[in-house]
Amino acid sequence: MDLSVQVLDRDGWSVVLVGGEIDITTAPRLRERLIQLVGEGKSRLVIDLGGVGFLDSTGLGVLVGAARRARTAGGDVVLSGLADHNLKVFAITGLDQAFVIAGTIDEAVAGG
Amino acid sequence: MAEPGPAPSQVVELEIPARSDYLDLARMVVATAASLEPSFADERIADLRLAVSEACTNAIEAHAHLGHPDATDRIVIRCDLAEDRIEVEVVDKGGGFDPGDLDSLPAVEDPARLDYERGLGIGLMRTLTDETEFSTSAEGTKVRLVVYHTSAADRP
Repeated sequence: MDLSVQVLDRDGWSVVLVGGEIDITTAPRLRERLIQLVGEGKSRLVIDLGGVGFLDSTGLGVLVGAARRARTAGGDVVLSGLADHNLKVFAITGLDQAFVIAGTIDEAVAGG
Repeated sequence: MAEPGPAPSQVVELEIPARSDYLDLARMVVATAASLEPSFADERIADLRLAVSEACTNAIEAHAHLGHPDATDRIVIRCDLAEDRIEVEVVDKGGGFDPGDLDSLPAVEDPARLDYERGLGIGLMRTLTDETEFSTSAEGTKVRLVVYHTSAADRP
């Protein structure tokens, strides 16, 4: 299915580069990877969605779950690279208030 | 000779197995059908594509909840390209749902808000489209999504 996930380390953050489409088909794979990262002690996550062409509420749910787990583990999730339409979906659902949202990965990493 | 009465609407209908790996196809068909209407802004097509993804996801889950996964379970997506709007119907034969059952989500500032990973789809459908209508029973659900054509006044 059309989802790519790459993880890089940067200044104490795990930067998760997500590409493709996040829906009910692909979301479980992203969820598992994020659970795995927090389980490895990597709870400071930048999730970059610059390569994500489509994101629906299943995708939002995975990100919400990741933020919850990261915060419980003493870290957090910062989202970066959101395309306009995806940002709109966060705004409609009010989730733009529940997440730290940065423009770029550089900004996300610098803010922490 | 031209026929009297309303202009004929143009219908595109897709029937898919009630399986998530067909979601992308459903989104693609609806977005492409919508793009046939020149006045639709890209953003509006993206809105509709997302609303359809939500409706189809609910339909797939409704079938899955029946507990007896059946290779013949089908979902029908019907796009009617009418003169002033596009109407998309998503029809499933899952178990239906009770609109009264939907929990209202905690306020966004409430940390408990992060406990709700589900339940956003219906709210999204209502906000992203001009009309959203549900008909649901134990036999299944029909979701009707309507997006009006972008009038000259609305265009950026």
